[in-house]
Amino acid sequence: MTKTTNILKVAFRALGRNKLRSLLTALGIIIGVACVVATIGIGEGARIQAENNLRSLGTNFLMVFPGTTTAGGVRMGMGSNSKLSEDDVEAVKKEVGSLAYVSATIRTAAQVIYGNQNWSTSIQGGEVDWPLIRSWNLSSGQFFTDADNKAAAKVCVLGQTVATTLFPNEEPVGKTIRIRNIPFRVVGVLEPKGGSTMGQDQDDLIVAPYQTVRKKIMGTTAVGAILASAASDDLVPRAQEELTALLRQRHKIGRGQDDDFMIRTQTEMLQQAEEQSRTMSALLWSIAGVSLLVGGIGIMNIMLVSVTERTREIGVRMAIGAKGGDIRAQFLVEAVVLAISGGAIGIGVGIGIQKLVARFAGWPVSVEANAISLAFVFSALVGITFGFYPALKASRLDPIEALRYE
Amino acid sequence: MSRPVIQIENLTRIYTMGETEVRALDGVTISVEPGEFVAIMGPSGSGKSTFMNIVGCLDRPTAGRYVLEGVDVSGLDRDARAEIRNDKIGFVFQNFNLLPRTNALENVELPLLYSKKSKMTDDEAGARARASLKRCGLEDRWDHTSAQLSGGQQQRVAIARSLVNDPAILLADEPTGNLDSKTSVEVMAIFQELNEEGKTIVLITHEQDISEHAKRIVMFRDGRILSDVPVARRRYAGRPAEGKAS
Repeated sequence: MTKTTNILKVAFRALGRNKLRSLLTALGIIIGVACVVATIGIGEGARIQAENNLRSLGTNFLMVFPGTTTAGGVRMGMGSNSKLSEDDVEAVKKEVGSLAYVSATIRTAAQVIYGNQNWSTSIQGGEVDWPLIRSWNLSSGQFFTDADNKAAAKVCVLGQTVATTLFPNEEPVGKTIRIRNIPFRVVGVLEPKGGSTMGQDQDDLIVAPYQTVRKKIMGTTAVGAILASAASDDLVPRAQEELTALLRQRHKIGRGQDDDFMIRTQTEMLQQAEEQSRTMSALLWSIAGVSLLVGGIGIMNIMLVSVTERTREIGVRMAIGAKGGDIRAQFLVEAVVLAISGGAIGIGVGIGIQKLVARFAGWPVSVEANAISLAFVFSALVGITFGFYPALKASRLDPIEALRYE
Repeated sequence: MSRPVIQIENLTRIYTMGETEVRALDGVTISVEPGEFVAIMGPSGSGKSTFMNIVGCLDRPTAGRYVLEGVDVSGLDRDARAEIRNDKIGFVFQNFNLLPRTNALENVELPLLYSKKSKMTDDEAGARARASLKRCGLEDRWDHTSAQLSGGQQQRVAIARSLVNDPAILLADEPTGNLDSKTSVEVMAIFQELNEEGKTIVLITHEQDISEHAKRIVMFRDGRILSDVPVARRRYAGRPAEGKAS
């Protein structure tokens, strides 16, 4: 008879005898492991989602915002003094060689009407490079041209959400909609992009030529922001440096003075998103840690009870020839079986939680194989750590005393 | 003459309880030859339980020598004694001490599980356990747990368990203490049969009539041997033994 199979058999029988007790004891481990699995899965899913979203912004993306100005030591709020001009945009286009595409942008919100449908949406003014920077293709029609922009032509491209809302049963291209009561001809419809990390619907927008939006809708002279994309991935930092140098020079910012604009890169945004998911993970990890600790203490408690309850059995086994090591192995295996069973249930619960969260948050589900193996290792470790003392105590019983125990 | 199974010289066991010393055994010398059937008797506190614990290698003497089948076991550590118990001693207890919720066959197989002597397969172990159960007349109850067996049957399973590793001695501590007189006689019949087949048996009892099933009675008092005499009028419990020996 192989000792290992017998030890396992006895362990399962002993735990099965007190099913409820075993389950309650394993609860701490179940919660802890569920946390570990859910943490890793959710964290990974969120990270992938954030990355996808940021990638959907475009490729090698940079954005220049007008920043805060310092007037006599008083810092104004962000965008308090619009400092980006069309001349700045032209200079950037001409002088920053590391950029492949550049577009001035401006945005506002407006009510749009078609037939008896109406919708309030975001109006983006952009130049011809805009779809290239955002790597956003059209599902039908065409993007407006540079000539449209220069002429401030009343044409527009609809985001998927706007298209389906205003045109439930019609093809929008060629139709005329009214934005703030100004008629615009629809020349194209953008492909759907889906929600962003913040839960915004990226498809809820209308893109029109920059000049049209600036003059006809907003009546302003300021550039909202400059969108650009670097020629390649490794050119992003250089583009950022060149942009900074150029704009500082153009804005006549002296040495030691703060920039009056702000450049955000895709890399920075990615890092920020990762930072957020790390904070979230740290929180869940600490919950997992506490649960595993509490679960381990629960296991130790129940194993000590079990050793006391089975003192006679231990005595009999010892009288028959079980050595200290045999008894120790028996109780240690029981603790580990208990912990690993809890771990297995926890993995199931964790995957469930993860799927639920993924469904509500619209994140991709990512059941990580290493999360599951990690959870197994953790629960086994908890079993060994907290099962050791009770097992040691059992193995040190005096067989004479143990046999006499009532 | 053959080598004695048990050879004990000047065995002393002293318990210290705080300041006071209790001499549970005080210079006991005795030897048991192969094939003997010895009954150990004495009032409580006479040292017979301490004697049994040492003979059974559950305890160590404070002084003196205990040689079991030519091996001095008086100074062995816990694990070494566990090995000796497994290999050379078969225990039968007053309260049977079968594992609960475990069937008869598994109970009987238990000593084989801890055996270092030989690596045997599950089938071999099962066959040996069945043979042992059969010897005690319980082969058809192998799958009953102790709760499903009467006291006498439980004790027979316990005897089967004690025999399974073919030990040098059977050590029975009040084996009939929890049984009625009829069942007691049945159990004693098994012991007598086993002894007829050559097993060395040491029986601890406080009942005169039970002790008379043995061949030799050793009386303890105050940690010493008071008397050591052969049984004058031996009782025969068994069915076949009745005719054989009278």
